[in-house]
Amino acid sequence: MSDPLRPNAVRPIRGAALVVLRRDRWALAGALCIALLALLAVGADVLTAITGQDPYTYRIEALDPATGAPAGALGGVSGTHWFGVEPLTGRDLFAIVAHGARTSFLIGLAATAVSVLLGVVLGAAAGYLGGALDRLVTWTADVLLGFPYLVFMIALGAVAPAEVPRPLLLIVVIGFFGWPSMARIVRAQTLTLRARGFVSAARSLGAGPVHVFRHELLPNLWGPIIVVATLSIPGKIGLEAALSFLGVGIPPPTPSWGRTISSAIDWVGTDPMFLVFPGAALFLATWAFNVLGDGLRDALDPRTAR
Amino acid sequence: MRTAKFIGVRLAGALLVLFIVGFCTYAVFYLVPADPALASCGRPCTEQNLALARDFMGFGDPWWRQFLDFVGGIATGRTFGAGATAITCEAPCFGYSFQQNTEVLDLIGERLPVTFSLAAGAALLWLVTGVGAGVVAALRRGTPLDRIALAVSVAGVSAPVYLVGLLGILLFGFTLDVVPVGGYVDFATSPVDWAWRLALPWAVLAFAHAAVYTRLTRSQMLDTLDEDYIRTARAKGLTETKVVGKHALRNVLLPVVTVFGVDLGSLLGGAVITERVFGLPGLGGLLIDAVNQRDLPLLLGCTLFAAFLIVTANVLVDLCYGALDPRARLS
Repeated sequence: MSDPLRPNAVRPIRGAALVVLRRDRWALAGALCIALLALLAVGADVLTAITGQDPYTYRIEALDPATGAPAGALGGVSGTHWFGVEPLTGRDLFAIVAHGARTSFLIGLAATAVSVLLGVVLGAAAGYLGGALDRLVTWTADVLLGFPYLVFMIALGAVAPAEVPRPLLLIVVIGFFGWPSMARIVRAQTLTLRARGFVSAARSLGAGPVHVFRHELLPNLWGPIIVVATLSIPGKIGLEAALSFLGVGIPPPTPSWGRTISSAIDWVGTDPMFLVFPGAALFLATWAFNVLGDGLRDALDPRTAR
Repeated sequence: MRTAKFIGVRLAGALLVLFIVGFCTYAVFYLVPADPALASCGRPCTEQNLALARDFMGFGDPWWRQFLDFVGGIATGRTFGAGATAITCEAPCFGYSFQQNTEVLDLIGERLPVTFSLAAGAALLWLVTGVGAGVVAALRRGTPLDRIALAVSVAGVSAPVYLVGLLGILLFGFTLDVVPVGGYVDFATSPVDWAWRLALPWAVLAFAHAAVYTRLTRSQMLDTLDEDYIRTARAKGLTETKVVGKHALRNVLLPVVTVFGVDLGSLLGGAVITERVFGLPGLGGLLIDAVNQRDLPLLLGCTLFAAFLIVTANVLVDLCYGALDPRARLS
C-alpha cells in the first residue's frame, strides 16, 4: 500500500503503530495506561475478590459514625479498602472505580463503534458517489456538529421509556452524535482516493461501488479511521461520565465514574480523596487515548509532528 | 448589495435548518414515550389531570400537526384549552409548562442571563488565551515554552469540565480561599461581585475549551508562516509584529472562527455542567429540574430554544467569517 514514489500514499497503520510506540514516549505511556485501565475493567471481579470487596455492599463500620465520612486518614485508605470507602455508605471505592472502568470502556468503545460504522459508510458513500447524497450527508453533518447535543441527550434520557436499557440508549445516542466528524475525514480522504489511478482502474474494469469500497478504498482509509476513532474515544467516555454526573446517565447502583464524581461535590471540603480516585481514573483514561491518538496521527501525518 | 444577498441567503438557510432541527426533535420527543400527556402531567397523576393535559396539549392531532401548531405558536402565540380555563401563551410561544403554570419562555428568560454571562465570559477568555498561547507556541516552535503549551493543552482536552471545576474549588476555594465558591450575583446588582463570583467558573470552562484553539492556532500559524505572502511581507521590511499580527493572524483566525461556530453547541453543554458544579441557577438547573419532574413541554422548549440559540449564533459566526475572508462572501 505504501509507495515511496507516491508521498501522498497512506502509510500502513500497523507499521505506523509500532513506530509510534517505539519512538514516541508519550504515546507509549498512553498505550500502557489504556492497557492498565482495560486490565482493571476486565479483571474488576478478580481484583476486588482479593480483598473480598464489591461495589454494592454497604459497610457502615468503615465510616465515622459522627459525620458519615470515612474513618481513618485519606478517605479510609487501608489494606482492605485500597482507595478508601464512599462516604455515607461505606462501599469500597476501589471496587467502584474498577467496575466504573468497565462501564466507561463498554460505553466509550461501543459508542465509538457505532460512530465509526455510520461515519465510514456515510462518509465514503458521500465522497465516492457525490451528487445529492454528498450534499445531504455534508449538510446533515454540519448541522449535527453544531447541535447542542448535550441538552438534547439530557432531555432524551428523561423521556425515553424505562424499558430501554440505559447503557444501550447511551451507546446509540452518543454513537449517533459522533458520526459527523468521522464522516468528514473519511469523505475528504475518499475524494482524494477517488481521483487516484488504482481506483479508476478498478472502476473501468467494472467494479461496483461496494467492491471499490471494500477492496480499494477501505484498506487506504484504515489509518485516518483509527486515528479519528482513538481521538474520539475520550470525548465519548467523558460524555457518558458527564451524563451520569448530571444524573441522566447510568442509573444506580451500577458504578459510573461520572456519578461518583457527582456525589463527591458535596464532600470536596471534607473528603477530597472521594473525588481524587474516580477523578484520576477518568482523567487518565481520557488523557491516555488522547496522547495515543496524537502519536498515531503524527506518525501518519508528519506535518503535525512536534 | 452583495453583502445584503450574502446575509439574506445565510438567514434563509438558518431558518430552514431551524425548521428541520425542530421537526426532528419534536418527532423524537413525541414518538419516544408511550403517552406524552402521562409524561408531562406530573406525579401524582390523577385521571383528571391526565385528561386535562391530553386535551390541552392537543393530542387528538397527529404529531406533525402538533409540530406545526408549535411553530405557529412561536410566530403568533397560541391558546391552550378554551373558555374560562384557557391559557394564553403569547408569541413567541415556546410551549407552556403545565406543571409550573408558566410559559416556557418565561422560565428560560429567568435563567438565561446566568448561562449567558457564564458562556460569553468563558468564550472571550478562551479565545484570547487559546489563540495567544497557540501563536506563542508557533513562534517559539521546539522550545520548552512550546512543549509546555502543548502538554497543558493535552491536559485541557482530556480533563472533563466538572473535574477541573471541582479541583478548582478544592484549590482556589477551600485551600487558598481566594475566590468565593458558588452563588450568583446579578450584573445589575453589583458588576464587581458578578465578575468575582464568575471568575472561577469562567476559568474552568475556558481551560477545557482553550486547548483545542491552542493546537489549532499553532498548526495553522506554522503553515501560514511558510506561505509566500508572508515572505513577501517580510521582504517589504515590515516588522515581525506586523507580519505576524496583521498578515498571518488574519489567515489563522479563519479556521478558529469555523471551530468556534461548531463549539457553541458544546459550550452550552459545558455551561450546563459548570453550572451544576458551581451551583449557578442557569439553564442547566432548569433542564435538570425539568428532567426530574418529567416536564415534557419544558424539556422540549429548552431543547428547541437551545437549538435556536446555536443556529442564530452560527449565523453570526458565518457573518464574521465573511468579514474576515472576502472570498467567503462571493461563493
